[in-house]
Amino acid sequence: MSTFGTLNEDESDLSKEDSKVIRNRSLKLLISLIQPVKKRLYLSFGIGILSQLLRVIGPAIIAYALDTALPAAVNDDQIPLLTAVGGYLLVAVATASMTAFFIRYGARINQDVLLDLRQRMFRHTQKLSVEFHERYTSGRVIARQTSDLDSIRELLDTGGNEMVVSLMFMIFTGGALLILDPQSFLVLMASWIPLYFITRWFIRSARLQYRRSRVASARLIVYFVETMTGIRAVKAFRTEKRNQQKYGDLNEDYRRITKRTIQLFGIFDPSLIFTGSVAMTFVLLFSGSRVIEGELGIGVLTAALLYTRQFFGPIERIAVFYNSYQAASAALEKISGVLEEEPTVPEPEKPAELKKIQGELDFDKVSFNYSNNVPVLPEFSLNIPAGQTIAMVGTTGAGKSTLAKLISRFYDPVLGSVSLDGIDLREISSTDLRRHIVMVTQEAYLFSGSVSDNIALGKPGASAEEVAAAAQAVGAHEFIMQLPDGYDTDVNKRGGRVSAGQRQLISFARAFLADPSVLILDEATSSLDIPSERQVQLGLQTLLKGRTAIIIAHRLSTVAIADRVLVMEHGRIIEDDSPSKLIEGEGKFSKLHKAWRESLV
Amino acid sequence: MREKGLLATLARLIPYAGNTIPRLMLGVLVGIAAHMFALALPQVLRDLVNGLEQNLNLQFLLGSVGLFLLLGASEAILVLLRRWLVLEPGTQVEARMRNHLYEKLQKLPISFHDQWPSGQLLSRSVQDLGLLRRWISFGFVLLIANIVMIAVGLGILFNTHWMLGTILLVSSLPFWVRGFNYQREYGMASRQSQDQAGDLATNVEESVHGIRVLKAFGRGEQAAGVFSRGAKELRMTELRKARLNSNLWLFIIMLPELSIGLSLLAGVYLISSGELTLGGLVSYFATVMVLRWPIESLGFLLAFTLDAKAAVQRFVEVIDQPIDISEEEQLQSIENPVGRLEFKDVHFRYPDAPDKQRDLIDGVSFKIEPGESVALIGITGSGKSTVTSLATRLYDTTSGSIEIDGVDIRKLSFGELRSTIAMAFEDATLFSASVRDNVLLGRPDASEEEFKQALSIAQAEFVYDLPEGVETIIGEEGMSLSGGQRQRLALARAVAAKPSILVMDDPLSALDVDTEALVENALRKVLAGTTALIVAHRPSTVMLADRVALLQDGKITAIGTHSELLNNSEHYRYVISSFDSEKQVII
Repeated sequence: MSTFGTLNEDESDLSKEDSKVIRNRSLKLLISLIQPVKKRLYLSFGIGILSQLLRVIGPAIIAYALDTALPAAVNDDQIPLLTAVGGYLLVAVATASMTAFFIRYGARINQDVLLDLRQRMFRHTQKLSVEFHERYTSGRVIARQTSDLDSIRELLDTGGNEMVVSLMFMIFTGGALLILDPQSFLVLMASWIPLYFITRWFIRSARLQYRRSRVASARLIVYFVETMTGIRAVKAFRTEKRNQQKYGDLNEDYRRITKRTIQLFGIFDPSLIFTGSVAMTFVLLFSGSRVIEGELGIGVLTAALLYTRQFFGPIERIAVFYNSYQAASAALEKISGVLEEEPTVPEPEKPAELKKIQGELDFDKVSFNYSNNVPVLPEFSLNIPAGQTIAMVGTTGAGKSTLAKLISRFYDPVLGSVSLDGIDLREISSTDLRRHIVMVTQEAYLFSGSVSDNIALGKPGASAEEVAAAAQAVGAHEFIMQLPDGYDTDVNKRGGRVSAGQRQLISFARAFLADPSVLILDEATSSLDIPSERQVQLGLQTLLKGRTAIIIAHRLSTVAIADRVLVMEHGRIIEDDSPSKLIEGEGKFSKLHKAWRESLV
Repeated sequence: MREKGLLATLARLIPYAGNTIPRLMLGVLVGIAAHMFALALPQVLRDLVNGLEQNLNLQFLLGSVGLFLLLGASEAILVLLRRWLVLEPGTQVEARMRNHLYEKLQKLPISFHDQWPSGQLLSRSVQDLGLLRRWISFGFVLLIANIVMIAVGLGILFNTHWMLGTILLVSSLPFWVRGFNYQREYGMASRQSQDQAGDLATNVEESVHGIRVLKAFGRGEQAAGVFSRGAKELRMTELRKARLNSNLWLFIIMLPELSIGLSLLAGVYLISSGELTLGGLVSYFATVMVLRWPIESLGFLLAFTLDAKAAVQRFVEVIDQPIDISEEEQLQSIENPVGRLEFKDVHFRYPDAPDKQRDLIDGVSFKIEPGESVALIGITGSGKSTVTSLATRLYDTTSGSIEIDGVDIRKLSFGELRSTIAMAFEDATLFSASVRDNVLLGRPDASEEEFKQALSIAQAEFVYDLPEGVETIIGEEGMSLSGGQRQRLALARAVAAKPSILVMDDPLSALDVDTEALVENALRKVLAGTTALIVAHRPSTVMLADRVALLQDGKITAIGTHSELLNNSEHYRYVISSFDSEKQVII
């Protein structure tokens, strides 16, 4: 099974090699994230390490105070004591200031990494082809960008740099103990053996659990998003109870997995504490017996015990960090999978330079099928001269939308090529392509923001006048002016307050404003009433002058403004002529047209 | 709304904790006990040092070692126990709150969903509740256990010598002063950061749902720009939180260390004056060392608790939303359902519509007799879809009433109302489930025959050709279907529900002419015995209905047969006729 990209995302129980491939992939991502902040990270480590070094000095000063300064003070020599106290205070202030700086500075680094990842992820999903989005589903893309990124944020909050600092702290503590009392140090070292085994067990089991948890959490999110998106249908068909049941089950699955995951840590953590206690006991046993022998001072014994205790202090923190690292790396695995996906419609490496675009379209021996290999468009060739208005007619599933998607490069043809003014679409940069070819579809999606923002999507930075002119041209101006705040009215969630027809008018105005050389209208007027449609068509007559246009419509009224009609059936163009000739003829279109005219009366 | 206090806000969690409260409390107690063992260690150390000073005795040493081991092992076991105890409460509260939120969201009226971006709802359900789980299991438990530990530790220190205890206590005063300001400022930042995270989630969601539009216009970069701005704002808030934290940490780390330094001075003085044993001083240091972590963690726990408070607030905001469309207490039932639908002077306006604007639906009255079908006609934005939403109580009328068989629909249970009326929406929402489940959404217990019949009426036989036939998973997670195919399934769904009243909002808009004719023929048979309200744009759809009602300026201005209206109403001719007398636009 391939591990590429998002293919086996729902698997948690991966084979050894697959697991390794995926881990390497997320490690690579991690490294590339750290790369830009490397220098600052070093500085931050440096300060963190310095502050820990100072902290380690603490117990040594106490040992010195008890073994040396105390007897001296009793003998009326206050200087060693004052030195010790002064030193300790100085260390305290320095440690605290450095830690505070470290927190602030570290947060900057963390937030920069997070921002970087967020933006990369957002841009990358925007870049990925429609084909990917259709396969991967919106719910999962959302899950990746919300809950998965959240677990990475949590990891960064726990402090990746703090982990390094804690490790250094342990090393320094160990070093201090080595200098102070090598025998106790050996005892401490022995405790690493059980530590190693405990940690290895934890890593292995946690990795699996966290993978499961990511999958379960994505499922929960997908279901949640789907319900909220389809809330009208949910209410109208009373599926609330069934949904609740299903959601409750998914929620319970997620809870169980979460519980099991936390339980692992709940075993790991006390095992560390226990190991620490045993180590301390042994240090006490050995150094205590040496105190009895008179080989060791009580101050050193105290310091050795304090150091041992201190040594195990950060282990818990490292464990906490490691725990969130496990959670985050499961998320990172999924994220790196999405980032690994390549757009199936790639950007050209050396984009062609476009001069003035006329808008001639040419299909040269094009054939197309989706990934399931069922042919959708068998091989065909077609030329659309610049400035021509084409109407495409045919039953649903005849391949009209697919053809339109090839022109707008949502997909690339499997064989053959589509070209604009003789340049293969695959050689045109997406910025150029989108400027010259615009497609308006039936699903008129509105983004939250004002009506004006939504129209201006066609041409960022358009003036208020331009926006209003576009709206006027398609006959949307009047209803917009009747909205509470006119063009500044917030369309709310998915255009809740404007009707389906009004949404189509807004997206029409959007296309009008974009002013492309080639305009594709895929069922763009299906929800309009007849007067509005008439208005749109009047607007289109002006708009389409000097432009190439492909209009897909079920309603034959559109044919009125077309220079040429293509009739499609089962992926093939079966009729291709001017409307008047086709109507006069005996073909499919002629029949459709008759039926349609009858339906009007 | 007045800001509630920390405790009052967190108290909202109690009902969700329910039967797990005893476990949670036990967890707190065990946590405290574990801390007590940790505190006992320095006491043993004191006796040990004092003992070693006086009698250098191996037996004595072994005794202490044994005691040490015992204490350490007990601590570990207690920690194990604590972590195990809090598992259930934490995850249960999270799951229960998540279920409750989902339940509430399903109940809240459409007007609520119109206004709330779903990203904000999602971030509440995922991020906020995850945070609360962690807070309950660790934050809450450790906060209490650590405070108790610090108090007991202070007691021990005082017991060792009052002067040493006083030093620690006095030197902690600046922290408490600081902490008070911190709590206020951090609380605000925390709330802001969670809201911004919600906005970002909304942003992500829209960019994904609107991907085709963004692609068609090549506006991916622009969307990324908007997203970046939001992400950067969130970053600024997070940095502000970090700044507040670092200011607090400065005190949290410095103060105990300062007090140790000062105690060193005082301790040596006390020993030389004979008021304190060496063991006493050693145990003092050891105790302060043990207390260091709980004291330091106070800063982190305080921030955690404030984050939890903000999360609860955000959760409660949704949970406390009034459900203004709900079932009445005194429900009625339709005795003999025949399917008469009547609108009586119905008015509707969105609650936030400006005063000067007329009601969107401004006094609509008409009656559909049992078995009759009426087409609703009007220009785009005239309120046709709103009328259909009112009939199924997706929105409630502002005034006036809608009656089915003489019973006000507000007196019916939702179950009865929505099984009496079925709706076919124009934008057909399919769920990630099999074709069968999607079609039988309104009546899962329908027979195989009824199911097939519904498919055939809607001309949706194409489903048999799907890879797994009617069991093929469609919707977001499954096969993607074309607009026309989706619309036919939505129609089949409404037909399969076998309602006595069928409401269809432009049900054939995405169909081609051929298919439309076939669907119309089949629908005619269904409509013969069903009351129907059909929103239509095309004359062909209008022909399905017995009568036509013309919606204009929020009122029904004409009602009658198609030909009557063609003769009598100029507006109707304008709306429905494709023939324009002046400009021959259409061939």
